Amino acid sequence: MKSTIPWLIAAVAGSVVIAAYFIPAAQSWQDAIGQWFEVLAAVAFILGGANLCLQNLQKISARQAGWGYAAVTLVSFVVTLGVGLLKIGVPVEDPQHPWAGSYQAEGSAEWWLFEYAYNPLVATMFALLAFYVASAAFRAFRLKNAEATLLLLTAFVVLLGRTYAGTVLTAQVPDEYSAFSIPGLTTIIMGVFNTAGQRAIMIGIALGVAATSLKVLLGINRSYLGSGDG
Amino acid sequence: MNREKRIWGILFVLAGCFLLYRAMLTRDGMGKVYLKPAAAAVADAPPSYVRARPDDPQAALSLPRTLGIWFAAFLTLSIFSFLYKDNPFYRFAEAVMVGVSAAYLMVAGFWDGIVPKLLGRLAPAQMSWASPSLENQSPDWWGLVPLVMSAMLLARLLPRGGWIARWPLAFIVGTYAGIRLISFLDADFVSQIRNTIVPLVVMNQAGQLDLWGSVRNVLMIVGVLSSLAYFYFSLDHKGAYGVVARVGVWYLMITFGASFAFTVMGRIALFASRLEFLFDDWLWLIDPLGKRSDLL
Repeated sequence: MKSTIPWLIAAVAGSVVIAAYFIPAAQSWQDAIGQWFEVLAAVAFILGGANLCLQNLQKISARQAGWGYAAVTLVSFVVTLGVGLLKIGVPVEDPQHPWAGSYQAEGSAEWWLFEYAYNPLVATMFALLAFYVASAAFRAFRLKNAEATLLLLTAFVVLLGRTYAGTVLTAQVPDEYSAFSIPGLTTIIMGVFNTAGQRAIMIGIALGVAATSLKVLLGINRSYLGSGDG
Repeated sequence: MNREKRIWGILFVLAGCFLLYRAMLTRDGMGKVYLKPAAAAVADAPPSYVRARPDDPQAALSLPRTLGIWFAAFLTLSIFSFLYKDNPFYRFAEAVMVGVSAAYLMVAGFWDGIVPKLLGRLAPAQMSWASPSLENQSPDWWGLVPLVMSAMLLARLLPRGGWIARWPLAFIVGTYAGIRLISFLDADFVSQIRNTIVPLVVMNQAGQLDLWGSVRNVLMIVGVLSSLAYFYFSLDHKGAYGVVARVGVWYLMITFGASFAFTVMGRIALFASRLEFLFDDWLWLIDPLGKRSDLL
Protein backbone atom coordinates (compact mmCIF):
# COMPACT_ATOMS: atom_id res chain seq x y z
CA MET A 1 0.00 0.00 0.00
CA LYS A 2 2.84 2.37 0.90
CA SER A 3 4.26 2.02 -2.58
CA THR A 4 1.08 1.37 -4.61
CA ILE A 5 -0.65 4.69 -3.83
CA PRO A 6 2.50 6.78 -4.55
CA TRP A 7 2.95 4.88 -7.83
CA LEU A 8 -0.68 5.59 -8.77
CA ILE A 9 -0.17 9.29 -8.00
CA ALA A 10 2.99 9.35 -10.14
CA ALA A 11 1.29 7.46 -12.96
CA VAL A 12 -1.80 9.70 -13.02
CA ALA A 13 0.22 12.95 -12.82
CA GLY A 14 2.63 11.85 -15.55
CA SER A 15 -0.16 10.48 -17.77
CA VAL A 16 -2.13 13.74 -17.56
CA VAL A 17 0.95 15.70 -18.65
CA ILE A 18 1.50 13.31 -21.57
CA ALA A 19 -2.21 13.26 -22.51
CA ALA A 20 -2.32 17.07 -22.57
CA TYR A 21 0.25 17.00 -25.36
CA PHE A 22 -2.10 14.99 -27.58
CA ILE A 23 -5.52 16.22 -26.32
CA PRO A 24 -5.91 20.03 -26.33
CA ALA A 25 -8.93 19.75 -23.99
CA ALA A 26 -6.62 18.40 -21.27
CA GLN A 27 -4.32 21.43 -21.50
CA SER A 28 -5.94 23.12 -18.46
CA TRP A 29 -5.22 20.01 -16.35
CA GLN A 30 -1.59 20.16 -17.40
CA ASP A 31 -1.45 23.85 -16.43
CA ALA A 32 -2.93 23.06 -13.00
CA ILE A 33 -0.50 20.18 -12.45
CA GLY A 34 2.35 22.41 -13.60
CA GLN A 35 1.42 25.04 -10.98
CA TRP A 36 1.17 22.41 -8.22
CA PHE A 37 4.57 21.11 -9.33
CA GLU A 38 6.09 24.60 -9.04
CA VAL A 39 4.65 25.05 -5.54
CA LEU A 40 6.01 21.68 -4.44
CA ALA A 41 9.40 22.49 -5.94
CA ALA A 42 9.44 25.72 -3.87
CA VAL A 43 8.46 23.76 -0.74
CA ALA A 44 11.24 21.27 -1.53
CA PHE A 45 13.68 24.20 -1.18
CA ILE A 46 12.27 24.84 2.31
CA LEU A 47 12.83 21.16 3.08
CA GLY A 48 16.38 21.43 1.78
CA GLY A 49 17.03 24.57 3.83
CA ALA A 50 15.66 22.94 6.98
CA ASN A 51 17.87 19.90 6.39
CA LEU A 52 20.91 22.14 5.90
CA CYS A 53 20.18 23.89 9.21
CA LEU A 54 19.68 20.60 11.07
CA GLN A 55 22.89 19.07 9.71
CA ASN A 56 24.96 22.15 10.55
CA LEU A 57 23.40 22.56 14.00
CA GLN A 58 24.21 18.93 14.78
CA LYS A 59 27.79 19.49 13.63
CA ILE A 60 28.12 22.58 15.83
CA SER A 61 26.55 21.01 18.92
CA ALA A 62 28.75 17.92 18.59
CA ARG A 63 31.83 20.14 18.08
CA GLN A 64 32.78 18.00 15.09
CA ALA A 65 35.86 18.83 13.03
CA GLY A 66 35.19 22.00 11.01
CA TRP A 67 32.24 23.08 13.17
CA GLY A 68 33.35 26.70 12.73
CA TYR A 69 32.66 26.47 9.00
CA ALA A 70 29.25 24.96 9.79
CA ALA A 71 28.59 28.08 11.88
CA VAL A 72 29.65 30.29 8.94
CA THR A 73 27.24 28.36 6.66
CA LEU A 74 24.45 28.74 9.19
CA VAL A 75 25.03 32.47 9.70
CA SER A 76 25.20 33.09 5.91
CA PHE A 77 22.02 31.07 5.48
CA VAL A 78 20.07 32.85 8.22
CA VAL A 79 21.21 36.33 7.15
CA THR A 80 20.39 35.76 3.45
CA LEU A 81 17.06 34.16 4.31
CA GLY A 82 16.13 36.89 6.79
CA VAL A 83 16.93 39.86 4.56
CA GLY A 84 15.25 38.15 1.58
CA LEU A 85 12.02 37.21 3.35
CA LEU A 86 11.75 40.61 5.08
CA LYS A 87 12.69 42.40 1.82
CA ILE A 88 15.16 44.61 3.68
CA GLY A 89 16.26 47.64 1.69
CA VAL A 90 13.77 47.08 -1.15
CA PRO A 91 12.80 50.51 -2.55
CA VAL A 92 9.12 51.30 -1.93
CA GLU A 93 7.55 52.19 -5.28
CA ASP A 94 3.92 52.14 -4.16
CA PRO A 95 3.31 53.52 -0.61
CA GLN A 96 -0.06 51.67 -0.55
CA HIS A 97 1.79 48.36 -0.99
CA PRO A 98 5.21 48.72 0.66
CA TRP A 99 5.84 44.97 0.37
CA ALA A 100 5.12 44.76 -3.35
CA GLY A 101 8.70 45.48 -4.53
CA SER A 102 10.90 42.69 -5.79
CA TYR A 103 13.18 41.02 -3.22
CA GLN A 104 16.04 41.34 -5.75
CA ALA A 105 15.50 45.03 -6.56
CA GLU A 106 18.77 46.93 -7.04
CA GLY A 107 19.91 48.41 -3.76
CA SER A 108 18.16 45.85 -1.55
CA ALA A 109 20.10 43.71 0.92
CA GLU A 110 19.27 40.52 -1.00
CA TRP A 111 20.54 42.15 -4.21
CA TRP A 112 23.76 43.10 -2.39
CA LEU A 113 24.28 39.50 -1.27
CA PHE A 114 23.57 38.20 -4.78
CA GLU A 115 25.82 40.76 -6.46
CA TYR A 116 28.75 40.73 -4.04
CA ALA A 117 28.65 37.23 -2.53
CA TYR A 118 26.69 34.70 -4.60
CA ASN A 119 27.78 35.88 -8.07
CA PRO A 120 31.54 36.22 -7.36
CA LEU A 121 31.58 32.91 -5.49
CA VAL A 122 29.83 30.92 -8.20
CA ALA A 123 31.78 32.56 -11.05
CA THR A 124 35.13 32.06 -9.30
CA MET A 125 34.31 28.47 -8.38
CA PHE A 126 33.60 27.67 -12.03
CA ALA A 127 36.63 29.69 -13.16
CA LEU A 128 38.73 27.52 -10.87
CA LEU A 129 37.65 24.52 -12.93
CA ALA A 130 39.67 25.93 -15.89
CA PHE A 131 42.84 24.89 -14.08
CA TYR A 132 41.55 21.46 -13.12
CA VAL A 133 40.14 20.76 -16.59
CA ALA A 134 43.52 21.69 -18.11
CA SER A 135 45.42 19.59 -15.60
CA ALA A 136 43.09 16.59 -16.04
CA ALA A 137 43.30 16.95 -19.84
CA PHE A 138 47.09 16.96 -19.69
CA ARG A 139 47.02 13.63 -17.87
CA ALA A 140 44.14 12.01 -19.76
CA PHE A 141 44.61 13.11 -23.37
CA ARG A 142 48.11 11.92 -24.07
CA LEU A 143 48.63 10.59 -27.59
CA LYS A 144 47.99 7.03 -26.45
CA ASN A 145 46.02 5.82 -29.48
CA ALA A 146 44.30 7.08 -32.65
CA GLU A 147 41.07 8.04 -30.84
CA ALA A 148 42.86 10.07 -28.14
CA THR A 149 44.94 11.78 -30.83
CA LEU A 150 41.79 12.67 -32.77
CA LEU A 151 40.18 14.14 -29.65
CA LEU A 152 43.28 16.15 -28.78
CA LEU A 153 43.75 17.48 -32.33
CA THR A 154 40.07 18.48 -32.57
CA ALA A 155 40.24 20.30 -29.26
CA PHE A 156 43.43 22.06 -30.36
CA VAL A 157 41.99 23.14 -33.72
CA VAL A 158 38.68 24.34 -32.20
CA LEU A 159 40.49 26.24 -29.44
CA LEU A 160 42.71 27.98 -32.00
CA GLY A 161 39.90 28.45 -34.52
CA ARG A 162 37.66 30.26 -32.08
CA THR A 163 40.36 32.75 -31.13
CA TYR A 164 42.26 35.44 -32.98
CA ALA A 165 45.38 33.26 -32.95
CA GLY A 166 43.81 30.82 -35.43
CA THR A 167 43.03 33.60 -37.88
CA VAL A 168 46.54 35.06 -37.63
CA LEU A 169 48.31 31.68 -37.97
CA THR A 170 46.59 30.81 -41.25
CA ALA A 171 46.17 34.32 -42.65
CA GLN A 172 48.36 33.40 -45.65
CA VAL A 173 46.00 30.65 -46.86
CA PRO A 174 44.39 31.76 -50.18
CA ASP A 175 40.64 32.36 -50.15
CA GLU A 176 39.88 29.39 -52.44
CA TYR A 177 41.48 27.09 -49.83
CA SER A 178 39.96 28.89 -46.83
CA ALA A 179 38.28 25.62 -45.77
CA PHE A 180 41.78 24.43 -44.82
CA SER A 181 42.55 27.44 -42.64
CA ILE A 182 42.12 26.92 -38.89
CA PRO A 183 38.85 28.92 -38.68
CA GLY A 184 37.61 27.05 -41.80
CA LEU A 185 38.48 23.66 -40.29
CA THR A 186 36.75 24.71 -37.08
CA THR A 187 33.60 25.57 -39.03
CA ILE A 188 33.64 22.14 -40.74
CA ILE A 189 34.27 20.33 -37.45
CA MET A 190 31.47 22.18 -35.71
CA GLY A 191 29.01 22.09 -38.61
CA VAL A 192 29.45 18.50 -39.75
CA PHE A 193 31.32 16.16 -37.40
CA ASN A 194 30.31 17.76 -34.10
CA THR A 195 26.68 18.13 -35.23
CA ALA A 196 26.53 14.47 -36.29
CA GLY A 197 28.02 13.26 -33.00
CA GLN A 198 25.82 15.56 -30.91
CA ARG A 199 22.74 14.35 -32.79
CA ALA A 200 23.54 10.72 -32.08
CA ILE A 201 24.18 11.51 -28.41
CA MET A 202 20.92 13.50 -28.14
CA ILE A 203 18.92 10.72 -29.78
CA GLY A 204 20.49 8.24 -27.36
CA ILE A 205 19.75 10.45 -24.35
CA ALA A 206 16.16 11.00 -25.49
CA LEU A 207 15.61 7.24 -25.78
CA GLY A 208 17.15 6.74 -22.35
CA VAL A 209 15.00 9.45 -20.75
CA ALA A 210 11.87 8.09 -22.43
CA ALA A 211 12.63 4.55 -21.21
CA THR A 212 13.35 5.73 -17.65
CA SER A 213 10.20 7.90 -17.57
CA LEU A 214 8.07 4.99 -18.79
CA LYS A 215 9.58 2.72 -16.13
CA VAL A 216 8.61 5.28 -13.47
CA LEU A 217 5.09 5.80 -14.83
CA LEU A 218 4.45 2.06 -15.24
CA GLY A 219 5.71 1.34 -11.73
CA ILE A 220 8.66 -0.80 -12.88
CA ASN A 221 11.09 1.59 -11.21
CA ARG A 222 10.00 2.67 -7.71
CA SER A 223 13.46 3.33 -6.30
CA TYR A 224 12.58 7.00 -5.73
CA LEU A 225 10.24 5.87 -2.93
CA GLY A 226 13.16 4.52 -0.90
CA SER A 227 13.32 1.12 0.72
CA GLY A 228 12.60 1.80 4.40
CA ASP A 229 9.26 2.34 6.11
CA GLY A 230 10.16 6.01 6.68
CA MET B 1 59.11 28.67 10.08
CA ASN B 2 60.31 26.87 6.94
CA ARG B 3 61.52 28.59 3.79
CA GLU B 4 58.26 28.15 1.84
CA LYS B 5 56.18 29.75 4.60
CA ARG B 6 58.67 32.61 4.87
CA ILE B 7 58.43 33.32 1.13
CA TRP B 8 54.63 33.23 1.23
CA GLY B 9 54.65 35.47 4.29
CA ILE B 10 56.83 38.03 2.52
CA LEU B 11 54.58 37.91 -0.56
CA PHE B 12 51.46 38.50 1.55
CA VAL B 13 53.09 41.42 3.38
CA LEU B 14 54.17 42.97 0.07
CA ALA B 15 50.66 42.54 -1.36
CA GLY B 16 49.19 44.11 1.79
CA CYS B 17 51.59 47.05 1.53
CA PHE B 18 50.62 47.53 -2.12
CA LEU B 19 46.92 47.53 -1.22
CA LEU B 20 47.50 50.03 1.58
CA TYR B 21 49.51 52.23 -0.77
CA ARG B 22 46.81 52.09 -3.47
CA ALA B 23 43.99 52.69 -1.01
CA MET B 24 45.55 55.37 1.19
CA LEU B 25 48.39 57.14 -0.55
CA THR B 26 47.27 57.55 -4.17
CA ARG B 27 45.01 60.44 -5.14
CA ASP B 28 41.90 58.41 -5.98
CA GLY B 29 42.51 55.15 -4.15
CA MET B 30 40.85 51.98 -5.37
CA GLY B 31 37.82 49.73 -4.95
CA LYS B 32 35.32 52.53 -4.48
CA VAL B 33 31.86 52.84 -6.03
CA TYR B 34 30.37 56.24 -6.76
CA LEU B 35 26.70 56.86 -7.46
CA LYS B 36 24.65 59.79 -8.65
CA PRO B 37 20.87 60.33 -8.76
CA ALA B 38 19.27 58.95 -11.93
CA ALA B 39 16.79 60.98 -13.92
CA ALA B 40 13.31 59.84 -12.82
CA ALA B 41 11.37 58.18 -15.67
CA VAL B 42 8.02 58.75 -13.92
CA ALA B 43 6.98 61.61 -11.66
CA ASP B 44 6.75 60.67 -7.94
CA ALA B 45 8.98 57.64 -8.58
CA PRO B 46 11.26 56.69 -5.66
CA PRO B 47 14.82 58.04 -5.99
CA SER B 48 17.17 55.75 -7.89
CA TYR B 49 20.90 55.94 -8.48
CA VAL B 50 23.32 55.02 -11.25
CA ARG B 51 27.08 54.40 -11.31
CA ALA B 52 29.05 57.61 -11.68
CA ARG B 53 32.64 58.48 -12.52
CA PRO B 54 34.62 59.53 -9.44
CA ASP B 55 35.25 63.00 -10.92
CA ASP B 56 31.52 63.63 -11.58
CA PRO B 57 30.43 66.66 -9.47
CA GLN B 58 27.19 64.86 -8.56
CA ALA B 59 28.96 61.64 -7.55
CA ALA B 60 28.83 60.46 -3.95
CA LEU B 61 30.68 57.51 -2.44
CA SER B 62 28.39 54.50 -1.91
CA LEU B 63 29.58 52.78 1.24
CA PRO B 64 27.49 49.57 0.86
CA ARG B 65 28.64 49.01 -2.71
CA THR B 66 32.25 49.88 -1.87
CA LEU B 67 32.17 47.34 0.95
CA GLY B 68 30.57 44.92 -1.51
CA ILE B 69 33.49 45.29 -3.95
CA TRP B 70 35.99 44.58 -1.16
CA PHE B 71 33.96 41.64 0.14
CA ALA B 72 33.64 40.19 -3.39
CA ALA B 73 37.39 40.64 -3.94
CA PHE B 74 38.10 38.85 -0.65
CA LEU B 75 35.81 35.95 -1.60
CA THR B 76 37.32 35.75 -5.11
CA LEU B 77 40.87 35.60 -3.76
CA SER B 78 39.80 33.11 -1.08
CA ILE B 79 38.45 30.73 -3.73
CA PHE B 80 41.54 31.16 -5.92
CA SER B 81 43.74 30.38 -2.91
CA PHE B 82 42.65 26.75 -3.33
CA LEU B 83 45.01 26.58 -6.32
CA TYR B 84 47.84 26.64 -3.77
CA LYS B 85 46.23 24.18 -1.37
CA ASP B 86 43.19 23.70 0.86
CA ASN B 87 43.20 26.46 3.47
CA PRO B 88 40.88 28.21 5.97
CA PHE B 89 40.13 31.11 3.57
CA TYR B 90 38.86 28.73 0.91
CA ARG B 91 36.85 26.73 3.46
CA PHE B 92 35.31 29.99 4.74
CA ALA B 93 34.32 31.11 1.21
CA GLU B 94 32.94 27.65 0.48
CA ALA B 95 30.81 27.75 3.65
CA VAL B 96 29.49 31.22 2.73
CA MET B 97 28.62 29.96 -0.76
CA VAL B 98 26.61 27.00 0.56
CA GLY B 99 24.68 29.15 3.03
CA VAL B 100 23.98 32.05 0.67
CA SER B 101 22.96 29.90 -2.31
CA ALA B 102 20.63 27.66 -0.28
CA ALA B 103 18.93 30.66 1.33
CA TYR B 104 18.74 32.58 -1.96
CA LEU B 105 16.94 29.67 -3.65
CA MET B 106 14.60 29.44 -0.66
CA VAL B 107 13.79 33.16 -0.82
CA ALA B 108 13.19 32.90 -4.58
CA GLY B 109 10.96 29.86 -4.02
CA PHE B 110 8.95 31.74 -1.38
CA TRP B 111 8.40 35.04 -3.23
CA ASP B 112 8.13 33.61 -6.77
CA GLY B 113 6.41 30.30 -5.99
CA ILE B 114 4.64 30.01 -2.65
CA VAL B 115 3.27 33.57 -2.41
CA PRO B 116 1.74 33.98 -5.91
CA LYS B 117 0.95 30.34 -6.74
CA LEU B 118 -0.21 28.99 -3.39
CA LEU B 119 -1.13 31.69 -0.87
CA GLY B 120 -2.21 34.12 -3.60
CA ARG B 121 -4.61 31.56 -5.08
CA LEU B 122 -6.14 30.56 -1.76
CA ALA B 123 -6.46 34.01 -0.21
CA PRO B 124 -5.89 36.65 -2.90
CA ALA B 125 -7.43 39.54 -0.97
CA GLN B 126 -5.33 38.79 2.10
CA MET B 127 -2.14 38.46 0.02
CA SER B 128 -2.58 41.68 -1.97
CA TRP B 129 -0.06 43.37 0.36
CA ALA B 130 2.63 41.36 -1.42
CA SER B 131 1.16 41.43 -4.93
CA PRO B 132 -1.36 44.21 -5.76
CA SER B 133 -2.53 42.32 -8.88
CA LEU B 134 -4.25 39.77 -6.58
CA GLU B 135 -6.59 42.40 -5.11
CA ASN B 136 -9.66 41.73 -7.29
CA GLN B 137 -9.26 37.99 -7.73
CA SER B 138 -11.46 35.35 -6.12
CA PRO B 139 -10.06 32.35 -4.24
CA ASP B 140 -9.22 29.22 -6.23
CA TRP B 141 -9.90 26.25 -3.96
CA TRP B 142 -7.89 23.89 -6.16
CA GLY B 143 -4.97 25.56 -4.42
CA LEU B 144 -5.78 23.34 -1.43
CA VAL B 145 -4.28 20.36 -3.28
CA PRO B 146 -0.71 21.74 -3.39
CA LEU B 147 -1.20 23.07 0.17
CA VAL B 148 -1.99 19.58 1.48
CA MET B 149 0.82 18.04 -0.58
CA SER B 150 3.26 20.70 0.72
CA ALA B 151 2.32 19.84 4.31
CA MET B 152 2.81 16.15 3.52
CA LEU B 153 6.21 16.88 1.97
CA LEU B 154 7.32 18.73 5.10
CA ALA B 155 6.37 15.63 7.13
CA ARG B 156 9.74 14.30 6.00
CA LEU B 157 11.24 16.43 8.76
CA LEU B 158 9.26 14.54 11.42
CA PRO B 159 11.02 11.77 13.33
CA ARG B 160 8.16 9.34 12.50
CA GLY B 161 5.69 9.23 9.64
CA GLY B 162 8.19 10.38 7.04
CA TRP B 163 6.54 7.96 4.60
CA ILE B 164 3.72 10.51 4.21
CA ALA B 165 6.16 12.58 2.15
CA ARG B 166 6.21 9.79 -0.44
CA TRP B 167 2.89 10.93 -1.93
CA PRO B 168 3.96 14.44 -2.92
CA LEU B 169 7.37 13.06 -3.85
CA ALA B 170 5.65 10.60 -6.19
CA PHE B 171 3.66 13.50 -7.66
CA ILE B 172 6.89 15.44 -8.31
CA VAL B 173 8.62 12.42 -9.87
CA GLY B 174 5.58 11.45 -11.98
CA THR B 175 5.01 14.98 -13.28
CA TYR B 176 8.69 15.44 -14.05
CA ALA B 177 8.81 12.06 -15.83
CA GLY B 178 5.81 13.07 -17.98
CA ILE B 179 7.26 16.47 -18.85
CA ARG B 180 10.66 15.00 -19.70
CA LEU B 181 9.23 12.12 -21.72
CA ILE B 182 7.35 14.46 -24.02
CA SER B 183 9.97 17.21 -24.25
CA PHE B 184 12.87 14.84 -24.99
CA LEU B 185 10.93 12.82 -27.54
CA ASP B 186 9.70 15.96 -29.25
CA ALA B 187 12.77 18.21 -29.14
CA ASP B 188 15.64 15.73 -29.11
CA PHE B 189 14.39 12.51 -30.70
CA VAL B 190 11.92 13.45 -33.43
CA SER B 191 13.42 16.80 -34.41
CA GLN B 192 16.98 15.44 -34.55
CA ILE B 193 15.88 12.57 -36.80
CA ARG B 194 13.86 15.00 -38.91
CA ASN B 195 16.93 17.26 -39.33
CA THR B 196 19.05 14.27 -40.35
CA ILE B 197 16.73 13.26 -43.20
CA VAL B 198 18.37 15.38 -45.91
CA PRO B 199 19.14 14.72 -49.60
CA LEU B 200 22.41 12.91 -50.26
CA VAL B 201 22.81 14.62 -53.62
CA VAL B 202 22.32 18.37 -53.33
CA MET B 203 21.58 20.47 -56.42
CA ASN B 204 22.01 24.24 -56.44
CA GLN B 205 19.50 26.75 -57.81
CA ALA B 206 21.02 26.51 -61.31
CA GLY B 207 20.31 22.76 -61.30
CA GLN B 208 23.99 21.82 -60.98
CA LEU B 209 25.53 19.48 -58.46
CA ASP B 210 26.50 21.19 -55.20
CA LEU B 211 29.50 19.02 -54.38
CA TRP B 212 30.32 20.44 -50.94
CA GLY B 213 26.64 20.40 -49.92
CA SER B 214 26.38 16.74 -50.98
CA VAL B 215 29.61 15.72 -49.20
CA ARG B 216 28.48 17.58 -46.10
CA ASN B 217 25.11 15.79 -46.00
CA VAL B 218 26.69 12.38 -46.66
CA LEU B 219 29.24 12.94 -43.88
CA MET B 220 26.45 14.05 -41.55
CA ILE B 221 24.23 11.01 -42.17
CA VAL B 222 27.17 8.60 -42.00
CA GLY B 223 28.20 10.24 -38.72
CA VAL B 224 24.77 10.03 -37.08
CA LEU B 225 24.17 6.40 -38.18
CA SER B 226 27.65 5.16 -37.29
CA SER B 227 27.58 6.91 -33.89
CA LEU B 228 24.18 5.35 -33.16
CA ALA B 229 25.61 2.00 -34.26
CA TYR B 230 28.33 2.38 -31.62
CA PHE B 231 25.66 2.96 -28.93
CA TYR B 232 23.81 -0.24 -29.91
CA PHE B 233 25.31 -2.95 -27.76
CA SER B 234 22.90 -5.80 -28.56
CA LEU B 235 25.10 -6.70 -31.54
CA ASP B 236 28.77 -7.60 -31.19
CA HIS B 237 30.99 -4.87 -32.60
CA LYS B 238 32.66 -7.30 -35.02
CA GLY B 239 33.07 -7.58 -38.80
CA ALA B 240 31.37 -4.98 -40.98
CA TYR B 241 29.25 -3.77 -38.05
CA GLY B 242 32.43 -3.32 -36.00
CA VAL B 243 33.90 -1.14 -38.76
CA VAL B 244 30.77 1.04 -38.77
CA ALA B 245 30.88 1.32 -34.96
CA ARG B 246 34.56 2.27 -35.17
CA VAL B 247 33.74 5.10 -37.57
CA GLY B 248 31.12 6.15 -35.00
CA VAL B 249 33.82 6.24 -32.31
CA TRP B 250 35.88 8.62 -34.45
CA TYR B 251 32.92 10.93 -34.87
CA LEU B 252 32.27 10.81 -31.14
CA MET B 253 35.93 11.56 -30.37
CA ILE B 254 35.74 14.66 -32.60
CA THR B 255 32.53 15.67 -30.81
CA PHE B 256 34.13 15.22 -27.38
CA GLY B 257 37.19 17.18 -28.52
CA ALA B 258 35.00 20.08 -29.66
CA SER B 259 32.97 19.95 -26.41
CA PHE B 260 36.18 19.89 -24.40
CA ALA B 261 37.49 22.93 -26.28
CA PHE B 262 34.26 24.82 -25.62
CA THR B 263 34.30 23.89 -21.93
CA VAL B 264 37.88 25.09 -21.58
CA MET B 265 37.07 28.33 -23.42
CA GLY B 266 34.03 28.94 -21.22
CA ARG B 267 36.04 28.42 -18.03
CA ILE B 268 38.90 30.60 -19.28
CA ALA B 269 36.37 33.33 -20.13
CA LEU B 270 35.01 33.12 -16.56
CA PHE B 271 38.54 33.24 -15.19
CA ALA B 272 39.29 36.30 -17.32
CA SER B 273 36.11 37.99 -16.08
CA ARG B 274 37.18 37.40 -12.46
CA LEU B 275 40.63 38.85 -13.19
CA GLU B 276 38.94 41.81 -14.87
CA PHE B 277 36.85 42.33 -11.74
CA LEU B 278 39.95 42.25 -9.54
CA PHE B 279 42.09 44.54 -11.72
CA ASP B 280 39.32 46.88 -12.89
CA ASP B 281 36.60 47.17 -10.22
CA TRP B 282 38.78 46.50 -7.20
CA LEU B 283 42.39 47.55 -7.85
CA TRP B 284 41.64 50.18 -10.50
CA LEU B 285 44.75 49.10 -12.40
CA ILE B 286 42.98 48.72 -15.75
CA ASP B 287 39.97 50.47 -17.23
CA PRO B 288 38.78 48.64 -20.37
CA LEU B 289 35.36 50.35 -20.35
CA GLY B 290 36.68 53.86 -19.68
CA LYS B 291 34.92 54.18 -16.32
CA ARG B 292 37.66 56.44 -14.92
CA SER B 293 40.34 56.54 -17.65
CA ASP B 294 41.61 60.01 -16.79
CA LEU B 295 42.30 58.94 -13.22
CA LEU B 296 44.72 56.14 -14.11
